[in-house]
Amino acid sequence: MAKDALMDYDKALELFEPVLGFEVHVELNTKTKMFSHAPNGFGSDANTNVSPVCLGLPGALPVVNEQAVRYSISLGLALGCSIAPSSRFARKNYFYPDLAKNYQISQYDEPIAFGGSVDVELPNGRLVTVSIERAHMEEDAGKLTHVGGSTGRIQGAEYSLVDYNRAGVPLVEIVTDIIYGAEADAPELAKAYVATIRDIVTSLGISDAKMERGNLRCDANISLRPRTPEGEPPAPLGTRTETKNVNSLRSVERAIRYEIQRQAAILADGGTITQETRHWHEDTGRTSAGRPKSDADDYRYFPEPDLLPVQPSLELIEELRAALPEPPAARRRRLKAEWGFTDLEFQDVVNGGLLVEISETVAAGASPAAARKWWTGEISRVANVQGVEASALVSPGNVAALAGLVEDGTLTDKLARQVLEGVIAGEGTPQEVVDARGLAVVSDDGALIAAIDDALASQPDVLAKIRDGKVQAAGAVIGAVMKAMKGQADAARVRELVLERANS
Amino acid sequence: MSEISEEQVAHLANLARIALTPQEISSLTTELDQIVDSIAKVQQVATPDVPATSHPVPLANVFRPDVVGETLTIEEALKNAPEQADNRFKVSAILGEEQ
Repeated sequence: MAKDALMDYDKALELFEPVLGFEVHVELNTKTKMFSHAPNGFGSDANTNVSPVCLGLPGALPVVNEQAVRYSISLGLALGCSIAPSSRFARKNYFYPDLAKNYQISQYDEPIAFGGSVDVELPNGRLVTVSIERAHMEEDAGKLTHVGGSTGRIQGAEYSLVDYNRAGVPLVEIVTDIIYGAEADAPELAKAYVATIRDIVTSLGISDAKMERGNLRCDANISLRPRTPEGEPPAPLGTRTETKNVNSLRSVERAIRYEIQRQAAILADGGTITQETRHWHEDTGRTSAGRPKSDADDYRYFPEPDLLPVQPSLELIEELRAALPEPPAARRRRLKAEWGFTDLEFQDVVNGGLLVEISETVAAGASPAAARKWWTGEISRVANVQGVEASALVSPGNVAALAGLVEDGTLTDKLARQVLEGVIAGEGTPQEVVDARGLAVVSDDGALIAAIDDALASQPDVLAKIRDGKVQAAGAVIGAVMKAMKGQADAARVRELVLERANS
Repeated sequence: MSEISEEQVAHLANLARIALTPQEISSLTTELDQIVDSIAKVQQVATPDVPATSHPVPLANVFRPDVVGETLTIEEALKNAPEQADNRFKVSAILGEEQ
């Protein structure tokens, strides 16, 4: 892949205004597919979760999953959208073997939800309201594996293998209006927006929302337009690209930053942007050209004749509205107050995506301060080193148990970190690791005093200094005792006892 | 007379993956032109107070409960596959139109 020229990010922002738009696909966690009673499951053997509808066999008729409609309405309401009194499905026609029918059932001119907005909080504290154009129901496509060629990508592949298990899984596609004014925060806004959508669908319980599994997928549209002198009308919108295959929050941010730098370099060099999809490559941190973007006309949308309109009653809409959980933004404000964190501490938690973990740790009995300290500190550090999510390392219950052992004096902070390491390594609960590794603090004063007396006897000069009132000299003795105890003693208690023994 | 061009017909044929000879494109252009003209007559009577109809039966909200039903066996699922490998449908590598 040829390397694209990139412009310095700050320079790009000086010359151009980034204009954004996002399409987020949310896979619903219904038991069955959108239009078929085949199971909606992840990780099954290839082509085992399929029915004649999923394979587009002749005579098969799709029937709408009622739960998927309810979930879609709930999501629409949570996005502040209006729910259409009547919406219908449409066929989007294209030829690609990820769907056996040669069309995808989607919604086109009559989506189920439209006209909402979402408040997105950026790491720097800025609040951006993103307008939602629409949220519509559709079916997911099957999964292709490209075989042959050196890279496993489609370029150079000899053939492709298709698994239709995912074909027909219910999706809601959330489309934003054009987002102006993100400016230098564009990459952070992209990440924070997708995180906010993830929070919303998680709180609704309608999707597993795991980006690495493709439950939540973001297509990021971005274009640049040259800045115009003050007082002059803004330049027309530039040509946009749509970056796909971004399947982590971090990638969303990186992909937007990359596209800004790439497009700016082309434009500044007098070139033009090709309207196309771009594929994000996690390994290289670059995007590469995909297909030219088709016009909507080329999909030859028309109303799906096999399905009837969806006309939710006002009663149903109000029932679902009443059942909505606390919106994530309101929940954040409430938790911040309840936990008594400073702005900075709370921002740390939010940026680390650790709200749920800390809530659950507090619910399991830890103090908010201890829960925050463990999650944003040692656990995040290890997660970073291992390149995994903090939540994958240890359960909130175990973190609460660990905090409890520090609280009651069984462990020092230093020992607790060793215990955490054991828990992460799968050695059991904190108590089990303490027992198995024999890590508890030595709280038996008898054992400590014996070690202290030994240390004082071997360092008579130190003893003399302490007796002369040079209390700081005690450090050498404390160090020797801690070493003798293999670190498993409370240093403050040792110090107390050293002074007591020296002066006795 | 509407304005269907030969280029549009060729484009449509390409989208529909139908190979047409220049003669076929030419005759289809004429035919499609006539069809569009005929349909345009409907527009003359379809005033704004006539709602668009996509279905002849005035029904809505035909739903299915979210309950798992019978699925095909892997043998049944792959029965019509022109080619298969590894319990999957084998297709030629196609570049270009992934959704």
